[in-house]
Amino acid sequence: MRPALRLLLLALLVVGAVLVGIRLGAVPLGVREIIDAVRGDGDPTTVAIVQQLRFPRAVLAALVGGSLAASGATFQALLRNPLAEPYVLGVSGGAAVGAVTAVVLGAAAAGGMAVSAAAFGGAVLAMVLVLRIAASVGRTLDTRILLLAGVVVGAFFNACILLALTFADTESFRSAIFWMMGSFSGASWREIGALAAAAVPALIVLIALARPLNLLSVGEETAAYLGVRTERVKLIAYGTASLLTAASVAASGVIGFVGLVIPHVVRMLWGGDHRFLIPASVLLGATFLVLADALARVAAAPTELPIGVVTAFVGVPFFVWLLRRRPA
Amino acid sequence: MSEWRCDGLTFRYPGATVDAVDGLTLEIPSGACTAILGPNGSGKSTLLRLLLGTLRPASGRAELRGRALGDWTREALAREVGVVPQAEEAVFPMTVRELVAMGRYPHLGPWRRERDTDRRAVDQALRRCDVHALAARPVSTLSGGERQRARVARALAQEAGTLALDEPTAALDVSHEMAIFELLRGLGQAGKTVLLVTHNLNLAARYADRLLLLDRGRLAAEGTPAQVLTRDTVQGVYGWPVEIVPHPGPGHDTGAPQVVPLAGHEHFRMRQEHGHAA
Repeated sequence: MRPALRLLLLALLVVGAVLVGIRLGAVPLGVREIIDAVRGDGDPTTVAIVQQLRFPRAVLAALVGGSLAASGATFQALLRNPLAEPYVLGVSGGAAVGAVTAVVLGAAAAGGMAVSAAAFGGAVLAMVLVLRIAASVGRTLDTRILLLAGVVVGAFFNACILLALTFADTESFRSAIFWMMGSFSGASWREIGALAAAAVPALIVLIALARPLNLLSVGEETAAYLGVRTERVKLIAYGTASLLTAASVAASGVIGFVGLVIPHVVRMLWGGDHRFLIPASVLLGATFLVLADALARVAAAPTELPIGVVTAFVGVPFFVWLLRRRPA
Repeated sequence: MSEWRCDGLTFRYPGATVDAVDGLTLEIPSGACTAILGPNGSGKSTLLRLLLGTLRPASGRAELRGRALGDWTREALAREVGVVPQAEEAVFPMTVRELVAMGRYPHLGPWRRERDTDRRAVDQALRRCDVHALAARPVSTLSGGERQRARVARALAQEAGTLALDEPTAALDVSHEMAIFELLRGLGQAGKTVLLVTHNLNLAARYADRLLLLDRGRLAAEGTPAQVLTRDTVQGVYGWPVEIVPHPGPGHDTGAPQVVPLAGHEHFRMRQEHGHAA
């Protein structure tokens, strides 16, 4: 099958997943009802459920899933490490410090956007710190040092979170923990707009860098000999993927597994060419997270499961199956 | 005409106490095959990296076709010089064809679509290196010799006039090593400039037009194989007793100087005679 056709089918899969995400819930809805509700027709309660709750929630999950998967694929190529994922450079730690600080200081009352903004600020701080540390060692950006800097900065921020939680009251403590587990429950069109404003240009940049990323994943020296301006590409790609992660974490908290596993699934099914890998990861990541969120809502209703539990419980067995299916 | 020219080229790695390359002045001719030889740590790969612009000299100057290496963009350089670096480890699966097609990057850049000329160049490179039948295979399933031929094919797909190789036959058996050197000879006859770093003195003597022998960052000898591979020079640089015998033939290289290292007690005798630690 041609790659373009494959991407089209994957895009249809996203649409299908969003539809499933809107259908499922405390009040199951039919496809007809959903289409009417999106257009503003029909029962006002249904319209409200669809337009204000389930539709934005599914769209946010899709955006976050796509962003995390693309970011993970980029980090895996740049660090030449199959274990790399969007949070490997400490972005999630920074975001969590920002969010937890905001929650403890009482920003939760001021609304979700304040916490999101604080999380984004923390994530960007972590990213700048890590890049500065790595850039200060040696003349070029050494991938191994970058990885170490990320781990160290992440550990430091985790300590900061524990410190902040130690002095938090019970209510803030609960909110902070819930934020860190990640959730799409607060999805709003405003939040989607903010994330899309960051994610769409970032994804375009990463897809445009696909060919240099192919070469970098073989080796930096090789890439340079083939004509890649390695330092520039690395800096742009690290910065873009980190910002993408920061924006995602700010919107929905830390959601694991998507950014690690989805790129591997795409590679195992269709090969490692980043010109296909990145867009396909975006679409598959979006599908996966929308469905995982739907499952999180209905599996133990009325209790909502943390989305990270679902991504791991569904993703791990699937990934193990995929590994066993393909020897070597 | 010279391809590369170096003048007082010096480089020291951070933290090192001696220069890895120490004031080298030399020329590498175009349209010929030149081999850089020398013991481990004599500065061969460092010199190659300076000539390819991935290291910048501390002092002195290296230029390619009259232009300092620092003035070349990576893309322009990649259109002129195809490089086979020392072993690289791809972490993610990739087919031989994908690997070789990467050689088209300097012509395509990040965005341009592959055209027919690009596909033809890749096909030709695959065939030239005898890996055409393996095109669809994942690189990770290839033997060492096949993988090395695929990497040479990638450099050929760059369609550059010059080819630089860093120990292209390390860890290959005799027949695969010979196949690579025969391939290089064919490319040289087709008019390409070939520059290679190798530990194999005898194959260098048979296949290269010119040899550069390095010793602790300095040029110990340069010239034709017969000029460079003399008993005194090789013993002095490598610190091991050798005999030089002519290649018995048959073949184009009959008579080429071949280095035969002698047994250990000769080494002991040599050290006593010269009174130095080799």
